[in-house]
Amino acid sequence: MSRTIVPIGPYHPLQDEPEFFSLTVEGEKVVDIDATIGYNHRGIEKISEMKTFDNSTFAVERICGICSTSHPFAYSRAVEDIAGARDLPPRAEYIRTIIAEGERIHSHLLWLGLAGHFLGYNTVFMWAWKLREEILDVMEILSGNRNNYAMFRPGGIRRDIKSEDIPGVLKKIDSIVPTLTMLQKAVTDDPVLRGRVEGVGILTKREAVDFCALGPTARASGVEIDVRKNSPYAAYDKVEWNMIVGKNGDVFDKVTCRILETFESIKIMKTCLETLPEGPIDLNLTNIPAGEGIGRHEAPRGESFHYVVSDGTNRPVRHRLRAPTFMNLPTYKATVIGEMISDAAIILAAIDPCYCCTEKMAVRDTKGRKLYGGDDLVRLSQEKSEKLKQKHNR
Amino acid sequence: MGIRFSALLKSPAVFHLSTGSCNNCDIEILDCLTPRFDIERFGMVLAGSIKHADVLLVTGAANRKCVPRIKRVYEQMPKPCLVVAIGECSLSRGMFIHSYNCPVPLDKVIPVDVYIPGCPPRPEAMISGIMKLIEKARAQAAAKDKKE
Amino acid sequence: MTRADITQEIAIHFKDEITGTVERSPDKVYFDIRAASLTKVAEYVFHKMKARFNTATAIDCRDHMEMLYHFMFDQEDLLVSFRFRLEKPDLVVESLAPLFEGANWCEREIHETMGINFNGHPDLRRLLLPEDWPDGVYPLRRDYQEWDKSAIRDRGV
Repeated sequence: MSRTIVPIGPYHPLQDEPEFFSLTVEGEKVVDIDATIGYNHRGIEKISEMKTFDNSTFAVERICGICSTSHPFAYSRAVEDIAGARDLPPRAEYIRTIIAEGERIHSHLLWLGLAGHFLGYNTVFMWAWKLREEILDVMEILSGNRNNYAMFRPGGIRRDIKSEDIPGVLKKIDSIVPTLTMLQKAVTDDPVLRGRVEGVGILTKREAVDFCALGPTARASGVEIDVRKNSPYAAYDKVEWNMIVGKNGDVFDKVTCRILETFESIKIMKTCLETLPEGPIDLNLTNIPAGEGIGRHEAPRGESFHYVVSDGTNRPVRHRLRAPTFMNLPTYKATVIGEMISDAAIILAAIDPCYCCTEKMAVRDTKGRKLYGGDDLVRLSQEKSEKLKQKHNR
Repeated sequence: MGIRFSALLKSPAVFHLSTGSCNNCDIEILDCLTPRFDIERFGMVLAGSIKHADVLLVTGAANRKCVPRIKRVYEQMPKPCLVVAIGECSLSRGMFIHSYNCPVPLDKVIPVDVYIPGCPPRPEAMISGIMKLIEKARAQAAAKDKKE
Repeated sequence: MTRADITQEIAIHFKDEITGTVERSPDKVYFDIRAASLTKVAEYVFHKMKARFNTATAIDCRDHMEMLYHFMFDQEDLLVSFRFRLEKPDLVVESLAPLFEGANWCEREIHETMGINFNGHPDLRRLLLPEDWPDGVYPLRRDYQEWDKSAIRDRGV
């Protein structure tokens, strides 16, 4: 079942009903907000019951395009949990970690570009996405495709990576670091950017716990949850890395969390590539016994959770999946109410819904008349940055 | 051919519509704007609203909630226009053919001019597909002019 | 606290409500409870023991329905799942949305796909399915039939 949010592109709202996010305003302040979702619901839970255990990895990969590895990873772990297979070959664990971290880097860079676009910094958008092409080249060398890697299966991985590719890949990953440092300094040192995101859209720690938020959305508010640290799996306990936790829960903390996490992911990916052990890549699980299993993985947006029930045949009886955005999206109730409409676009984008859904927004005044559409909100956000820039005489 | 059609072929304004996709195709479409692939060197620009668009790029498996709005968007588009179906989902719904929420394939809802397969198709494939469509439209219009 | 402490605390505090325990692996525990005790258990585990609510699952077992509520103790790496049966056609359970916000959307989704009623939920309208989806048709049930006569299910080749 798809949980991802409306994929209508960031530049083109559809002009008519029904709206996706509908905000009620009094003057310039948002007083209420409601969301309609379901534009992306394709019934993947039901489709999964028609596929075999091995085939289902291809089906769940297409739940979301940006975090397409996290779902097969969690699903494979769930099926291995049913079979009781706890010790996978080390080479398989390392390669799983490499692919998962590569996906995290490309997802955070994608988000950084879109956040820059909403704030009116189209250069940040172009630079972040140009940088992202380097990582997609790396993933293409390692797995054969830019997006749907199809590397995971219950019991191990499908294809091996060649050791003669590794030095070139390491060089490409190293080439990202200087530009990423420059983008980080641009966000933290520029007074206009800081002014736009600091103190805006605060999600307190108590609210994050009440909404059961996940991933960088929760970590920016000070909640220390990360599946890779709390329940180590794959090669995450064999590599030195830090969990990034913020303090205030505003948009600035969410931005910094994601940028610092990208640096940590680069560190994990390089260490795993340099210390890749030899050996088999698959356990060759042939018989999945009757039972139930749970698999979890830290996707770029939070924890994705898969629960699989088997009855001894080669098809799952029930496959329940919960993507992280499903728990993060309701936090808009706590973060947007009370803020200005010109900030609504960036606050909603900071949750990092699986694609930017913010263009499908509409603003009504308290009498119910429609005032602004989605791209008007993006335009308001960009104009506010312009005003701040002039104030700082830039 | 009319002046509008020749303007369309020289510099098409592209509008992107997603009808329940996994966003992979949408990201690859956005990738076409970025410095590496850069569709603007072919004269293609992104249209801000459907009323300014010449070419409609559709992704996704025609979700039930989206079918009425696909029709509405197509009606609002000023004719002549071209429709491009991108990705397996908009071709025949791919693996979602048995999904309870995807009843019909896209070309039963609106007429489609060119299909670009792939899951997702590479940006190079998308640019090549659109260029082929423009060449074909230009050749057809020239043949019609010659007949008249 | 260790994992054993947590399992023991739950087992002792709810010894009247728990009817069975399964520990299939060191980091996952499944407790069988009665449907009526859900709110008491959830409130204790979420508010007193500070677990995180992960999600809720519903399984259609043809003559009855099984529901599981998964709670996660992050610092101790223990996943606790509470399972109970609901007999058809009496599919009603107390909603957890008044206790914490995280359960709100989960229950809306299970309500529209499986047909389980949540008493006390503030806003039980459709979340994912479209407005013109017929009432009483629940797609994830075993006996779901295609109701749409105009759907095209072959590729036409």
